[in-house]
Amino acid sequence: MSDTPAPPPPAPPARNFGRLLLWGGLAALLALMGFGLYRTQAGPVSSGPAPDFTLTTFDGGTIRLADLKGQVVVVNFWASWCKPCEEEAATLEAGWQKYRDQGVSFLGVDYVDTEPEARAYLERFGITYPNGPDLGTRISQAFRIRGVPETYFIDRQGMLVRVKIGPIEMNELQSILDPLVKP
Amino acid sequence: MTHHRPSTLPRAALILFIVGIGLASVVYSPASPARAQEPTPSDDQVNLVAKQLYCPVCENVPLDVCPTQACVQWRQTIREKLTAGWSEQEIKNYFVEQYGARVLAAPPARGLSLLVYLLPPLAFVVGAYIVYRAVRTWRRVARPVASPPPTAEDDYTRRIEEELRRRE
Repeated sequence: MSDTPAPPPPAPPARNFGRLLLWGGLAALLALMGFGLYRTQAGPVSSGPAPDFTLTTFDGGTIRLADLKGQVVVVNFWASWCKPCEEEAATLEAGWQKYRDQGVSFLGVDYVDTEPEARAYLERFGITYPNGPDLGTRISQAFRIRGVPETYFIDRQGMLVRVKIGPIEMNELQSILDPLVKP
Repeated sequence: MTHHRPSTLPRAALILFIVGIGLASVVYSPASPARAQEPTPSDDQVNLVAKQLYCPVCENVPLDVCPTQACVQWRQTIREKLTAGWSEQEIKNYFVEQYGARVLAAPPARGLSLLVYLLPPLAFVVGAYIVYRAVRTWRRVARPVASPPPTAEDDYTRRIEEELRRRE
């Protein structure tokens, strides 16, 4: 008969639980950091259903994106302190005047701005389509914008079809909108 | 009898002179008492609030030292609110409402932001415990405890000794 030395006694349950808690906590923390990094690096939303939002305009009205279903929607993010935004301001207004009777809505979302300067900007460029501040930066976060100007094009079904990063020119605006407004 | 009406010209000139002096003193006064008493906040007062805020456009740069146009506008807003008599907390609340909680240098202690306050002390406590355990283990290794001589009660040792004796 051969006797073997007894195996080491198992760790007490309290110690096992402590280790489990420690490793579980570390794993959860890493997962959280990974998710945060993924969201930071993901870039703008460029396809799929457009994130819904409600814009409170400078005139005091409210516009909900979901209510514009059936129309083509152009969502432009801008700010009064943004120099490249000035390059496209006249183009966007001209686009609005050209396409407003063809079932196209333009919405301006004023990103991280101050109201007096924003109002002065709108007046300076004669912008007449609805504009409003991005309260709590909720809209820009939903679209995951990286800066301004950025312009999002949403088709009649409420799907994002195109994202333009940087100032847009008239020929590009037309090349995107013409196919979308075709019946 | 002739009635001599007193001439009104010198009197009018005198009145005009006095009014003119009065107007000039108001217009050209370098700092009238009324202006001097206006509660215009100083740059230091503005920066005291601004240093607690971060503009989302210029990440990691506190508002009080951020040179961008957006931040200049934000500081101007702070100045206007201070002039209007708003408290520091009211101004911070306004900025949170306008631009979200991420503008705060110290995030609110709720939701996921709570981790910012809980994790560092927790990590410190866990780290201290790990160091304590490690030091204890090193001490044990450095100073081995002398094992007592085997006794007859130690069945396993006794059997080994018997086996060895038999082999001799």
